[in-house]
Amino acid sequence: MKRARVAYQGAVHSAVLASDEASLLLGNGETVRFDDVTWLPPLEPGTIFALGLNYRDHAAELSFKTPDKPLVFLKGPDALVGHNGASPCPTDVRQMHFECELAVVIGREARHVRGRHAYDIVAGYTIANDYALREYLEDFYRPNLRVKNRDHCTPIGPWIVDSSDIADPMVLDLRSYVNGELVQQGNTSEMIFSIPEIVEYLSDFMTLSPGDVILTGTPKGVRFVQPGDKVVTEIEGIGSLANTIVREVALEECEQVSASGARS
Amino acid sequence: MTENHGCRGIPVHGTVYGVALYAGENMNGQPQGPLNVDRAPDCAAVPSSPVLFIKPRNTFLASGGTVKIPPAMTEVEAIPALAVVFARDSRRLRAEDALNALYGYTLAIDLSEPVSNMLRPPIQEKCRDGFLPIGPVVVPRQSVADLSGVVIRLAVDGKEAVEFKVGRRFQSIGKVIEAASAFMTFRAGDVLLVTDSPTGPRARAGSRIAASADGIGRLECVLRNEEDLK
Repeated sequence: MKRARVAYQGAVHSAVLASDEASLLLGNGETVRFDDVTWLPPLEPGTIFALGLNYRDHAAELSFKTPDKPLVFLKGPDALVGHNGASPCPTDVRQMHFECELAVVIGREARHVRGRHAYDIVAGYTIANDYALREYLEDFYRPNLRVKNRDHCTPIGPWIVDSSDIADPMVLDLRSYVNGELVQQGNTSEMIFSIPEIVEYLSDFMTLSPGDVILTGTPKGVRFVQPGDKVVTEIEGIGSLANTIVREVALEECEQVSASGARS
Repeated sequence: MTENHGCRGIPVHGTVYGVALYAGENMNGQPQGPLNVDRAPDCAAVPSSPVLFIKPRNTFLASGGTVKIPPAMTEVEAIPALAVVFARDSRRLRAEDALNALYGYTLAIDLSEPVSNMLRPPIQEKCRDGFLPIGPVVVPRQSVADLSGVVIRLAVDGKEAVEFKVGRRFQSIGKVIEAASAFMTFRAGDVLLVTDSPTGPRARAGSRIAASADGIGRLECVLRNEEDLK
């Protein structure tokens, strides 16, 4: 089963992919076309983990040595944006690049999970695109939140595929396209730390809970994108996640608003 | 928002962000020089904007709780923090407006294994279960007449180990919120941990730790060897 969250006619709905694979079945039994919904991140996330440098070829591409322990960083919930969403690129950034990643959704509370039992706590899988903005990287708490916790710069979706529908998540092809051109290719078998190893590592010191999600890293293929580019990240057996880069509206251009949040 | 809207005595429910480094500024906005240069020899310069981290939900611990320490962990750092809680979703705030976006304040103790490196600190150092005692309650902002006069005292085993005069970081609160909200949303209920130092007094299994501040409350926890709790 493929499970999505969408907005339709002013309400948020849980939905599953219909048998024609071209429409969605809402919880109330209604069938809606893809074009008629706004895709939301397919889960309301708990803790969002992401791995850096978890593919040998990507680590080499960025001139880092292979890590001996998983390099994990965290994100807040507003980093996420759904399928067909927009990710803003600041006007001073020229080095924004996509990162196609298999995302693992935790389905059970668990601590001290041995690797061989790791899949028992996985609810399903989805696709994430963990954009990075290299100009903002600094050598403190790398990768810093300014790079990796930007609002709407982590597209995720379109849906979560039940773990029972993925026979082996460690042999899936990943592909990324920019404006239709294939620009990144890899396979989850090339991860340095496998899903069972990551789950064992994390659950050794922290409790994992339903709704936690782990972005497992990206293979080689850094390529900079710019406003207007359409980026598609695909994973075999899961689907295809589309995103458009937009120019971030600079603060100076914003309408002056006196309510909370914006400038007064 | 009520004073106690979390679960199991944990008075917050949002995402908790902490400040690891304040971009080389002290409360007057004067350059303070390289921070932690002794601990991060591989880092070239002071950061250009505040360096933040996240304490995930598994770290939250209610006041009076027990923190399980693995036998191999000989020392834990305990950094007293003013936890500021947002009243509403906030993006692109100006420093001078930042306090108006807050609901109130509580206390937190940012527990950590001593940070091994500033380049990529492993999350296991700060993100173990129970490594963020927080509470006891969120005090509404209006009930704290002079935030800059608040002093948070941290005691280990009944002895005062460090005191954090919030006034030393008072100006930084708005600056950090401005810098962070430039790229991310603080949601209603989210928390920013304001601390004075990226390091803190050391404690160990068996220690009792308490943070207290007049007008905000008293937050306590005890560290126990997890083997003794089995």
